[in-house]
Amino acid sequence: MTDVKMISLTIEGRPTTVREGTSILEAAKTAGVLIPHYCYHPGLPVAGVCRMCLVEVEKMPKLVPSCATTAMEGQVVRVHSPATLDARKGVLEFLLINHPLDCPICDQAGECELQDYTFAEGRSDSRYREAKRFNPVEDFGGDVLYVQNRCILCTRCVRFMDDVVHEPVLNVSERGDRAFIGKAEGHDLTNPWAGNVVDLCPVGALLSKDFLNKARAWELDRAPTICTGCSQGCNIVAETRDNVVVRLRPRPNDAVNQYYMCEVGRMGYREFNRRDRIDQPSIRDGGVMRTVEWEEAIAATAAHLSGQRVVVLASASLSNEALFLLSRIVELTHGVGVFQVDHGEEVPLAGVADLALRAERAANAAGARLLGFEQVTSVDEVLRNGDALLVVGDALRDVARLTLERASVVLYVGTTVPSACMERAAVILPMANTLEEEGTLTNLRGRVQRFLQAKAAPGVARPSWYVLADLVVAAGGNAQYFTPADVFDALVATHPAFADLSYGDLGLRGQSVVDHMSAAAAADGSA
Amino acid sequence: MGYPHAPHARESLVLSRYFGDADARTLAGWRARGGYEALGTALSLDPLEVQAIVKESGLRGRGGAGFPTGLKWSFMKPDGKTHYMLCNGDESEPGTFKDREIMRWTPHGLVEGVAVAAHAIYAETAYIYIRGEFTEPLARVSRAVEEAYDAGILGANAMGSGKRLDVHVHRGAGAYICGEETALMNSLEGRRGNPRIKPPFPAVSGLFGRPTTINNVETLTAVPHIIKQGAEWYRQFGRADNPKSVGTKLFSVCGNISRPGNYEVALGFPFKEFLYDVCGGPLPGREIKAVIPGGSSVPILTRDEADGALMDYEGFVAAGTMLGSGGVIVFDDQQDMVRQIARLVRFYAHETCGQCTQCREGTAWTSRIMERIRDGEGTMEDLDTLVSIADGMTGKTICVLSDSCATPVMSGLRKFRHEFEAKIAANRSMVTVPGAFRASAA
Amino acid sequence: MSHGPSASGGAMIAMPLNGAHDTTPYTPVFTGARRSELDTIIARYPSKQAALLPALWMVQDTHGWVSNAGIEEVAAALAITPAYVKGVMTFYTMYHQHPVGRHFIQVCTTTPCNVCGADDVVRALLEHTQCGELGLTSADGKFTVIEVECLGACGFATPIMINNAFVESVTPESVPRILSELL
Repeated sequence: MTDVKMISLTIEGRPTTVREGTSILEAAKTAGVLIPHYCYHPGLPVAGVCRMCLVEVEKMPKLVPSCATTAMEGQVVRVHSPATLDARKGVLEFLLINHPLDCPICDQAGECELQDYTFAEGRSDSRYREAKRFNPVEDFGGDVLYVQNRCILCTRCVRFMDDVVHEPVLNVSERGDRAFIGKAEGHDLTNPWAGNVVDLCPVGALLSKDFLNKARAWELDRAPTICTGCSQGCNIVAETRDNVVVRLRPRPNDAVNQYYMCEVGRMGYREFNRRDRIDQPSIRDGGVMRTVEWEEAIAATAAHLSGQRVVVLASASLSNEALFLLSRIVELTHGVGVFQVDHGEEVPLAGVADLALRAERAANAAGARLLGFEQVTSVDEVLRNGDALLVVGDALRDVARLTLERASVVLYVGTTVPSACMERAAVILPMANTLEEEGTLTNLRGRVQRFLQAKAAPGVARPSWYVLADLVVAAGGNAQYFTPADVFDALVATHPAFADLSYGDLGLRGQSVVDHMSAAAAADGSA
Repeated sequence: MGYPHAPHARESLVLSRYFGDADARTLAGWRARGGYEALGTALSLDPLEVQAIVKESGLRGRGGAGFPTGLKWSFMKPDGKTHYMLCNGDESEPGTFKDREIMRWTPHGLVEGVAVAAHAIYAETAYIYIRGEFTEPLARVSRAVEEAYDAGILGANAMGSGKRLDVHVHRGAGAYICGEETALMNSLEGRRGNPRIKPPFPAVSGLFGRPTTINNVETLTAVPHIIKQGAEWYRQFGRADNPKSVGTKLFSVCGNISRPGNYEVALGFPFKEFLYDVCGGPLPGREIKAVIPGGSSVPILTRDEADGALMDYEGFVAAGTMLGSGGVIVFDDQQDMVRQIARLVRFYAHETCGQCTQCREGTAWTSRIMERIRDGEGTMEDLDTLVSIADGMTGKTICVLSDSCATPVMSGLRKFRHEFEAKIAANRSMVTVPGAFRASAA
Repeated sequence: MSHGPSASGGAMIAMPLNGAHDTTPYTPVFTGARRSELDTIIARYPSKQAALLPALWMVQDTHGWVSNAGIEEVAAALAITPAYVKGVMTFYTMYHQHPVGRHFIQVCTTTPCNVCGADDVVRALLEHTQCGELGLTSADGKFTVIEVECLGACGFATPIMINNAFVESVTPESVPRILSELL
């Protein structure tokens, strides 16, 4: 790292300095210049075939592909000169001669790089008078549909399956203008990471079957969030239409998921659209649940918590803020805080270091551990007859009715309620799900990452940190928080593992607690 | 010699001396004709000395680009890395069939040249890539390699020199583009024959990512003669006023000509004499209208332009075309140039690998327009479109196939525009081409 | 290697069979001596994958074409995926993706041969083989005729390739005699 040589060049009149070995295309990004391109993708090996990124470099006789040309000291690069504009106009016309121009029925419309660049720099008409090539749509298996007529053969999908997934099930078949993306008979795109080819495709050639014809790109609202499918903590964008999540897509973060997310996470969006949500607080009154105001429900909960040993069963996907407030309740009631984690098969993405669909299928088990919660395989391990059981955040998937009967009282805070709980709970408080609130999660490597609200919660359901802060107060504690940031600050102030982190500095890519943890461990060792 | 014709007095027979002589195909026959003496000499020399002789001889690549062979070899340094010698026997340029005859008649001459070159570039392994359609050349060269192994010329102790020399023959499977050197490397590695982005150049990272030298069959076959008879001897072939182009060159002559075949002449030979004297001129009662002198990828010459040309790298450039691979295609006055250019364009549209946008789409589009004009359904607008497409296809892609497709269109339109216009004038179809429809494409 | 229903008129038929629907049991190629032959070829290169073209040739030489089962066999032998094999194979025009006639005839019609009348040779071949159309196989399964780009024998216009053999300087007049010599 010490010997990195920097070089300076001028791109579109803007001076910039980059590491030696950087491509002109990447160097241009640092200068704030986007060089139009299709086949280039920072996560894939360079192909240099779309020829869209040709630029003019002083003293070079021909236009050069900026993706495949290394930036050199003192170079003067022109991206929007007459020659380059002309070359791009040519490429765009070539790409469109056989293209069906069916944007009105194409899912990619509105987020299509072919459409965008044609609009910006292409011809307004076509000189093509001949018959267009036609090929039928093909189902690639998995969630992927191939609309060959729209394909520009950038080969991003082929390179992704080959160089990143290490499972080359896609190929370029035939050659010349007969070429298409193909696969072998009986070998489908079933790898859990294969869905990324849909995101990588710059045009409407590879589409998600799940998202097909669901929404137009410009109707969607987008919010940056974190995938809760496993403990990897992939950075994602939640896309909603009319308050319904229609799609989750990866958001680049080199430190966590590069540009990718897996199919399990992607399809997890349905969980956030559940229609069986509870949207009103209720308390048990003469054997039936009665809808009440929040104040009454909180007071009732606090009353149930006082005077007994409290077992808090938290979901391992709750935010750090919610878990912190829960830990305060555990403290106030001299109770015990536990969590359970579901497990599945671990599926690494071969070409990216430390990226996998993790066996631990919960978003914040690391946070729960750091905040003093104990992992159990069953709540039976800690629940004693007569304890009060506070269940927070859909942590009870298939709990036995018997277990619940051992508790003197069951208090439930969550988004949906399992029937066993519905029969036993004394109080049910509705909370927002991850996409309906703001907060932070800690991934398996100790990276604390923010997620923002993507949609509104149903009824009068409240963010988890808000509900739990009210509970802390009702239980006799002090919790004057107005934003999740306030809660996070309090968390940082009281938990050395999180020391020095600040909500504002987390940004949208997160910061790691690992350094603090190892420092703390070292201190323990020496003491 | 003008196989299948008797040699012409004005030919300079070096490479083609034994064309038609079946005995020269065998190891014994080849040895009897002085074969493998050059390899013995070369193996006793330091690679640098071999490189120096070839550099001094002025030999340039006979595959089309004309790059100085000795200079190319000198890029290979004794760096201890694995090097590869690669022989390009993917002869596919329309109008060219010289390597085919070299491999059919003097396979040992090629094997010897490959072995000398391998030694000169510090390589132990050489591959001879032969196009899939060349079944007989493949069989002949494979047999020669076997014989050479059996005789200890190749193998762990090549000719008793203590040096290892392996030569393997690799068969292509039908793809013109594999004649492009990096496409050939991909093909040999078991990949699609897509040309690679340069840099890195083969001398740095070529076959299997190792430093590699690749030469054409004819180039390599000339090497043993140079080693044996000296650089000075080789330099005598050529015109006195052009020391840049020396040696003999095989020209394949085809199309509308009296005696098609291969002819070997000293570089700088007058093209007019070549066509009319050596090759016998046009068929009886016909006249030559146009000539493509260096394989289908070089600009077309009119008869007058051809008459004034000299047959070497610089001579053809001065005439507005290129020496290329030496494939001479002759068109006589009965040929419809629009039809023939359309056919050439179809060749490129069929053969493009299709990775670069301009080439994949441009060749096919050009082909469709050319065929429409050929069929009497063209418009004057089409001619402008053809020029514009050709411009968009030139100098913008990984390899030059795209440029090669644009070349006959551009030179054809420039030199035979009247034929295009006559076709269009005869367009009696009242079909109106739909106006530029609004393709805001958004 | 007959395929498709036989047409009573004896004229033409036979759409190429797509390998995907071919139900004939596949006999592996790389066994015994041919396995050793493949191993010898593999040993010539620093990577197994480099033996891909030769391996495909071996399959085609044995079965007359390369079916999906053939692709699978090659992929397994060289430790690469079937999709990869297919991508490479379809790049090259000489590997048959469908069964072809017993005598597979390729006619060069590129410019140098075209100016010497190659199109007439094509017409004569289609007529005398009764293939009807380029790419189709004659009803008796004997012939398939295709047009190819430059065969590299331009001085011997019009060259045709019948399976692995070149026939040079073919004219429409010589076609019947050439065909009559084929069994």
